[in-house]
Amino acid sequence: MKRRSFFLVASGALTGAGCGHRRSAPFRTLSESEAATLEAWCDALIPSTDGTPGAKEARTSRYIDIQLTRRFRKFRPQYQQALAAIEKMTGGRFTEISVEERTVLLEKIEKGEGDKALWGPDGGREVFNLILQHTLQGFYGNPRHGGNHDYVSWRMLGIPVVPVRGRGVAYGA
Amino acid sequence: MALEKVNAVVIGAGAAGPIVAKELAVAGFRVVLLERGRWHSPWECRKDDLRNQRTNVLGNAFGPEDEGNPRVLVNQQGEARVLLPSEGGYNNNAACVGGGTLSYGAMAWRFHPDDFRTRSRYGMVADSTLDDWPITYDDLEPYYEKAEWEIGVSGDDSGNPFKGERRKPLPMPPVKPDSIEHQLLEKAARKLGLHPFHIPMLRNSVPYGGRPACMRCRWCVGFACEVDAKCGTQNTVLRTALATGNLELRTRAMTKEILLDPGGRARGVAYFDENDRLQEQPADVVVVCGGATESARLLLNSRSKAHPRGLGNNSDWVGRNLQGHLYTGAFGLMEQRTYDDLGPGASIAICDYVHGNPGLAGGAMLANEFIRLPVQFMNTRPPGVPRWGLAAKEFMKRNYTRAIAVQGPTQEIPVWDARCELDPEVKDRWGIPVLRMSGGRHAHTVEIGEYITYKAEAWLQAAGAIQTWRRGGGRGLSGGQHQAGTARMGHDPKTSAVDANGRVHESENVYVADASVHVTNGAFNPVLTIMAIAYRAGEHIARELKGKGI
Ligand SMILES: Cc1cc2nc3c(=O)[nH]c(=O)nc-3n(C[C@H](O)[C@H](O)[C@H](O)COP(=O)(O)OP(=O)(O)OC[C@H]3O[C@@H](n4cnc5c(N)ncnc54)[C@H](O)[C@@H]3O)c2cc1C
Ligand code: SF4
Repeated sequence: MKRRSFFLVASGALTGAGCGHRRSAPFRTLSESEAATLEAWCDALIPSTDGTPGAKEARTSRYIDIQLTRRFRKFRPQYQQALAAIEKMTGGRFTEISVEERTVLLEKIEKGEGDKALWGPDGGREVFNLILQHTLQGFYGNPRHGGNHDYVSWRMLGIPVVPVRGRGVAYGA
Repeated sequence: MALEKVNAVVIGAGAAGPIVAKELAVAGFRVVLLERGRWHSPWECRKDDLRNQRTNVLGNAFGPEDEGNPRVLVNQQGEARVLLPSEGGYNNNAACVGGGTLSYGAMAWRFHPDDFRTRSRYGMVADSTLDDWPITYDDLEPYYEKAEWEIGVSGDDSGNPFKGERRKPLPMPPVKPDSIEHQLLEKAARKLGLHPFHIPMLRNSVPYGGRPACMRCRWCVGFACEVDAKCGTQNTVLRTALATGNLELRTRAMTKEILLDPGGRARGVAYFDENDRLQEQPADVVVVCGGATESARLLLNSRSKAHPRGLGNNSDWVGRNLQGHLYTGAFGLMEQRTYDDLGPGASIAICDYVHGNPGLAGGAMLANEFIRLPVQFMNTRPPGVPRWGLAAKEFMKRNYTRAIAVQGPTQEIPVWDARCELDPEVKDRWGIPVLRMSGGRHAHTVEIGEYITYKAEAWLQAAGAIQTWRRGGGRGLSGGQHQAGTARMGHDPKTSAVDANGRVHESENVYVADASVHVTNGAFNPVLTIMAIAYRAGEHIARELKGKGI
């Protein structure tokens, strides 16, 4: 299959990238450098600002990493290809460029305008959507799966983190 | 080796199966109920927003498992794809004791009297299989009442003029209509001259049936209820039936086929037990209640000399007319905060657009939605708002707690080519051929759904929405959690699979008693109608068995 040959190109590209991010727990499926690339990708999807948390604070890449050992196992090759491809596009500097620059690149991938030799026949459209959905899940979903750390997104939305119980009052009863 | 013979074997412990089993067990007959899924108890149900029956990105909480249960979907371009139960397009409901009723939203609608006679009311719609039911609202009315009182419904539809006669009010008052959303929408509906009322719900608003009242949590639709306030078949009729001593429930029991004599009489069923051993369960009657897709599969997998294309399928009506509901509506953003964390959320409805919409052969009930969890809202936005980046986050931050959704189930125009058949190659983990689904919705269904979006939008605008947007639907294959229609009931064996009592035309002792028998699927969520039909079928089968001196 096409995909496999990509993968070989991709892993070659990866070996150069390195990064010294410190994290609370080691990643399970992603290498240090893959994890850093993914974090930079997620950060562009849901950026942090002074006032509000983003993907970084919610640890969406940890959510994805954990799920890649379970439900998302079948998506592993797609992740590895995509993370390698985006690094290739930036000469291994994806984690170093600004969020604005990453956004411009990802907008191209979203539209399927990625180099077909790197991203496959759809120019990256499918894998972009996959990573977007997983990032949103890791940001807005329940912390039990490794994302939404300390309920940061629920706090941001202004919903009670610990739901109120026991107010079942019937109407007219 | 065959097991000991019983009077009836019922397949599927969802909405319908336990009702039939209970009617028979209470009448004194020995019954075996086979359910492929597990029995979940309230205290093991965790509220997992990424793994439930509504949002299943991390799997279905209440079955089927992804492992070993594939289906094949043929898309509008004719391409076939193998799907897992947690993937879109699989048309899953649930596979567990209680079936869909363990985790449903629990809206408990009676169909409108005209929902049973759409062909008479609207005439034939081209390229459709639109038809009247062989039974009327009046035939079902006593059984609707039985379902409301035995399983338990709260609500108050006395303010709804667009409905059939009811002899008895609902047994429980509505959950207190104190949410901000309810109050805004009620005022707005009255301003528009509409007729708002309290949605009937299979949910305890007060202690009922030995179970407590709803504590109004955030996680209702798609989840089991940890205080057991939601009324399903698993915590009502099934308990009654088991208490008689006449019912044996076997879980993790996957029925393979109905065993047929050459003449078409059923001897019983073959099923794989919890240890994957093939068992034979002989019975006087077989009642199929596996849900509209799996019931069709079981019939098609049950062959004999007289039924080379599957039981009930000599006229090719099994698996046809797969339908559900086209859900359409609108979203509105309010100036004020509307989120008050008061579950279940859905509470107010109107039936003004169920029938009588100019130039259209149908309509829909409209209601506000259940609480939308953040993961359910994160892909919702008006045109123009980006899907990601700072602006997307800012949109969520500002609007998650200020949005209201109003939607409704458009009654679909049934289509012959919307179907499930057996895939020639793909099999499940027991080696049983799986379903291959194909076809799509009728164009007019989409038109009705589109009309309904404008009505939903107008309601939101009257409620003070500062911004609204509509959400229509497309022509993709329907079914989903409201799946129905695959073994239509009718008088004529040439244009239906079962008779008005649910008996398969081609067999004297096989019945279908679930959503499969629906001719059309109403402008409402279907479960109370499924329950009413099951009560009626159960009563009929008990009478038949008695008549035969069994
Ligand atoms: C999240 C959710 C929300 C819903 N909300 C509403 C609502 O608010 N109002 C409403 O009216 N409806 C609602 N529904 C739909 C409703 O639950 C279904 O219409 C109803 O349960 C269908 O009843 P049924 O008996 O036809 O099938 P099911 O309830 O699906 O039951 C079929 C059972 O048969 C079993 N089975 C199938 N094949 C076999 C076999 N070969 N051997 C053994 N067992 C088998 C299955 O495991 C399943 O448990 C909702 C459903 C879901 C999942
Ligand atoms: S809203 Fe009520 S009925 Fe629904 S799950 Fe919560 S407590 Fe149970």
